[in-house]
Amino acid sequence: MEKRVTFKGWFLPLCLIAPQVFISAVFFFYPAGQAVWQSLFIPDPFGLSSQFVGLGNFEYLLGDPYYRASFLTTAVFSTLVTLASMIPALFLAVMADRLVKSAGTYRTLLIWPYAVAPAIAGVLWMFMFNTRVGVVSWYLGQLGYDWNHVLNGAEAMGLVVAASAWGRISYNFLFFFAALQAVPRSIIEAAAIDGARFWRRFFTIVLPLLSPTTFFLLVVNIVYAFFETFGVIHTITAGGPQQSTTILVYKVFSDGFVSQDLGSSAAQSVILLVVVGLLTVLQFKYIEKRVHY
Amino acid sequence: MATVTLDSIKKRFGPTEVIKGVSLDVADGEFIVIVGPSGCGKSTLLRMVAGLETISEGELRIGDRRANDLEPMDRDIAMVFQNYALYPHMSVAQNMGYGLKIAGLPKAEIAAKVQDAAKLLQLTELLDRKPRQLSGGQRQRVAMGRAIVRAPSVFLFDEPLSNLDAKLRVQMRLEIRELQAKLGITSLYVTHDQVEAMTMADRMIVMNAGRAEQIGTPLDVYERPATLFAAQFIGSPSMNVLEVEGREGALSVGDMRLPNPTGHSGPVMLGLRPEHLTPDPQGPIAMQVQLAEPLGANTLLHGKLPTGQGFTASLPGVHAVSHGGEALRLGIKPANMHLFDRATGMRLG
Repeated sequence: MEKRVTFKGWFLPLCLIAPQVFISAVFFFYPAGQAVWQSLFIPDPFGLSSQFVGLGNFEYLLGDPYYRASFLTTAVFSTLVTLASMIPALFLAVMADRLVKSAGTYRTLLIWPYAVAPAIAGVLWMFMFNTRVGVVSWYLGQLGYDWNHVLNGAEAMGLVVAASAWGRISYNFLFFFAALQAVPRSIIEAAAIDGARFWRRFFTIVLPLLSPTTFFLLVVNIVYAFFETFGVIHTITAGGPQQSTTILVYKVFSDGFVSQDLGSSAAQSVILLVVVGLLTVLQFKYIEKRVHY
Repeated sequence: MATVTLDSIKKRFGPTEVIKGVSLDVADGEFIVIVGPSGCGKSTLLRMVAGLETISEGELRIGDRRANDLEPMDRDIAMVFQNYALYPHMSVAQNMGYGLKIAGLPKAEIAAKVQDAAKLLQLTELLDRKPRQLSGGQRQRVAMGRAIVRAPSVFLFDEPLSNLDAKLRVQMRLEIRELQAKLGITSLYVTHDQVEAMTMADRMIVMNAGRAEQIGTPLDVYERPATLFAAQFIGSPSMNVLEVEGREGALSVGDMRLPNPTGHSGPVMLGLRPEHLTPDPQGPIAMQVQLAEPLGANTLLHGKLPTGQGFTASLPGVHAVSHGGEALRLGIKPANMHLFDRATGMRLG
């Protein structure tokens, strides 16, 4: 049964949706339109005039090895962030679900990191791993490992992945935990009587039942890794060393606002827009048939 | 196949004792029904046998083995749950074969066993369906099938029919009983429905507040209820209970005098089953009938005694009651009168 509020006239409903439309128009449609428009131009070095180049910016970008490298970096980064934020979250949720005593305390503590803003989380991790004063890098030095994410691209990638995934674990934990609580107890008990031990039960019964949640989180986390990790990357590595942590969103920023190549930056935004669009379509397609069993 | 022995089994949740010592010997192949109102601990008792709850005190033996500390999977039992607890992402065949797959049986053997069980339960057509594509009765059968394929020593049923409609319940009741008789597997069956208990049980346990009020065959419990609770719980409509005063040769309720079958004196509780009352112009019981419920084969008469207490009689045939109520005199055989201690509720005589 569907409950719908119906309106007689058109004035009130219009007033009610106007704020949302207004905000979307000002902060989304207008800038998106501007980006599409600007992506067709190249400004002169002083930003005083611009020249129409058609799809020249896109042509240049797709032929640019740095841009293509950034695509790869983004793919690696978002895959790692998604895995590093979902697997520990699932593990913690399974453990918290088994708790009998003080489950509430653990739950609260596990949710806390989510309250930390990405940029602050970035600074936190940057200080811990700072090559001169960082606690963790000092201990790593004691163990004989010379940590230097300022020079080592792989280490830099590891660090931004860890910093981005860290706060995200809480978010994922919350969803996994709720989903686990929703698994009927009698099904678990039936499996226990059928002879399945804990991890067997987990992989053959619980995990399949979690699949709608897992898929939802997968999409949400990929989108997060694509777009919302800007703060972390900006504070820790600023895209370096040698562009090894320059994901697409960061390149939009650095090309456009640092290098002042607004045409190319706009073209990159448009490409990102298309990527987001595809991801959204994917998400909706699967949420439609959310029940996989 | 195995015997099951419960020896003063107790269950405590923190300081509260929910099962206060239940002892029972179940013979091989016997069908035991545990019946009681909700919250009496019957499901907890079953879950302790299954190994889903720990046993706080006492000993459980399945076959010759002490089972207190065995994992559910090592007890050689199968359980049918109230909500069936089918694995929603697996087909009927996979549901039924899951336990065998975990036991590491070869695929061909699993398929053969599943086929056999499916044939027995008329599920052959449905083997490829998912649980959500099945009706309630079919799900119930799949749950049974899952229990059967593993050929356990003991079946445990936790209110398996309570989610079905009345007609299906009667049908499944018969099917379960037939199946159990055919397979000869020792069964424990929990229900709150006294009709199920009466019709299915070899022996039944009437439970109340964590205690076994009575253990015996259904007719035994009906004819000689050991406690006031068992007397009132078994039988429909439930037994009339009166506070009476025992004197020499008679029991008095207000101005009414009834024969005293046991000769007990002092304050006692008298139980009279509605269906044992007969219309008798010279009978000792004077009832003011207020409402008649015709059921076809018999009629339930609801009304009051002169003392103001509510009273129900069940008389054979159709019995019309005039609108303003009607006075009726009823008699009862002394053999059908049950006396209970007023303080303890235990049967007297």
